[in-house]
Amino acid sequence: MNQPQIIDLESKKPLLIDPDRPIYLDYQATTPVDPQVLEQMLPYLTHDFGNAASRSHAYGWTAEKAVEKARQQVADALHADPREIVWTSGATEATNLALKGAAHFYSGKGKHIITLRTEHKATLDTCRQLEREGFEVTYLEVQEDGLLDLKAFEAAIRPDTIIASVLFVNNEIGVIQPMEEIGRILRTHKVLFHVDAVQALGKIPVDVEAIQADMMSVSGHKIYGPKGIGALYVRRKPRVRVEAQVHGGGHERGMRSGTLPTHQIVGMGAAAELAVQLMDADAQRIGKLRDRLLKGIQDRVEETYINGSMEHRVPHNLNISFAFVEGESLIMALKEIAVSSGSACTSASLEPSYVLRALGKSDELAHSSIRFGIGRFTTEAEIDATIELIAGKVGKLRELSPLWEMHLEGIDLNSIQWAAH
Amino acid sequence: MAYSEKVIDHYENPRNVGAMDKDDSGVGTGMVGAPACGDVMRLQIKVNEQGIIEDAKFKTYGCGSAIASSSLVTEWVKGKTLDEAMTIKNSHIAEELELPPVKIHCSVLAEDAIKAAVEDYRSKQGAGHSHAEVAAAQVAH
Repeated sequence: MNQPQIIDLESKKPLLIDPDRPIYLDYQATTPVDPQVLEQMLPYLTHDFGNAASRSHAYGWTAEKAVEKARQQVADALHADPREIVWTSGATEATNLALKGAAHFYSGKGKHIITLRTEHKATLDTCRQLEREGFEVTYLEVQEDGLLDLKAFEAAIRPDTIIASVLFVNNEIGVIQPMEEIGRILRTHKVLFHVDAVQALGKIPVDVEAIQADMMSVSGHKIYGPKGIGALYVRRKPRVRVEAQVHGGGHERGMRSGTLPTHQIVGMGAAAELAVQLMDADAQRIGKLRDRLLKGIQDRVEETYINGSMEHRVPHNLNISFAFVEGESLIMALKEIAVSSGSACTSASLEPSYVLRALGKSDELAHSSIRFGIGRFTTEAEIDATIELIAGKVGKLRELSPLWEMHLEGIDLNSIQWAAH
Repeated sequence: MAYSEKVIDHYENPRNVGAMDKDDSGVGTGMVGAPACGDVMRLQIKVNEQGIIEDAKFKTYGCGSAIASSSLVTEWVKGKTLDEAMTIKNSHIAEELELPPVKIHCSVLAEDAIKAAVEDYRSKQGAGHSHAEVAAAQVAH
């Protein structure tokens, strides 16, 4: 199999397979910059350092040309027009600009916004802020498999609804929402559609026309590009207006001021083009690895629960709960694997993943969930080592667990009156 | 979360993991915590005729600090009388394991587990060797 690798330029050794570092299975958190992308970025830090806003000399023209090429690359990846792409510092800023910018501009038409309980924090926290400003937000429940109920969605639309924001692919459980149906409903009701496509781009086809998106947030560092760069797609026909959130110089047609980071923009453009080129091959290879991981775990470990639909899901994600082991001890046991947990046990008050809670999972199962994010540089050997580790460590923790012992004795844990904590 | 070396040692090499017959009149069982809170500790002590704890076993569902706290107390209670065991305080456990402030509740739970196990043993003795239910040995904390 033709496996892409990141090679150290001097030693010629693969950089990502390092016995001294944990196996990286957190590709939904971030990705390394693909070497092909890095190569294109470097000249713009040194030789071609000009400011794209400098209209009076060749340094500026060179930078502007690079920025516009990247804009075309990102537009192509989304099936959009380059004039519809606004550079931002990342997807969080893009989502802030989309929701606050459109809410402020269209507040005369209405003050109601619809979103989902399982959205990324960039959307949820922005909506909270808009609530403080007097907007009203409906946070829709999802079904047990993480998918939106279209009937409930349509029923939530009111005459004063101005925007709906939906996460294309969920960052924790990888489920794909029925975006075309959502887009059709929203267009019928003349409600603006913002799509958080951060986890979709490069994994599945993203087409702003097919889903009738009005605004779409994307990020560089989830698609093997650099951190600190993102973009907001803003539809021109029919024209969507957003009020600027960052002022000073009128860059990006007044929607987002600030000197453009040429090298990062070049990186995001190159990464977007590469992500679309490699999408099918990546998805096929990664899908095989994911199936191997799932089968390996299920063959070796009992009492595991998959979180989120397997049918409507990107192949790059697997989210599993391990019953009768506690989340933080599981993460501690898995220090040789870099994964994310549904448990945020950094404080005394344990707060399980709100996404898994929205799926109706118990606190215990939410705590003991692991998100495996498989990516372009994951190898079969890494997957096999992961299966070994999981089977061994979960087994060890269950040996230690009084709950597992009770389960084996056939005691229903729900029948026990646990003391208040 | 940065753990102390002692926590990591107990977590990786837990002492006295296991179960004893909870219906044995010489065994006291204390189970504290709740799954929804992320910690359940079960401490069992075997008390000889001289009233000395001659063996202790534990099983814990919980974070590394919870596992380490319960592992540590099984070492500490062995060889002690019941009254001596009851003097073990969460502050001693937290100090020994260098627990960070957010993990103090693990040491509190371990202290509660000792008390629950001793109370269970005593109630069995006082009640003429009646079988105490595991759930009855729980204490609020």
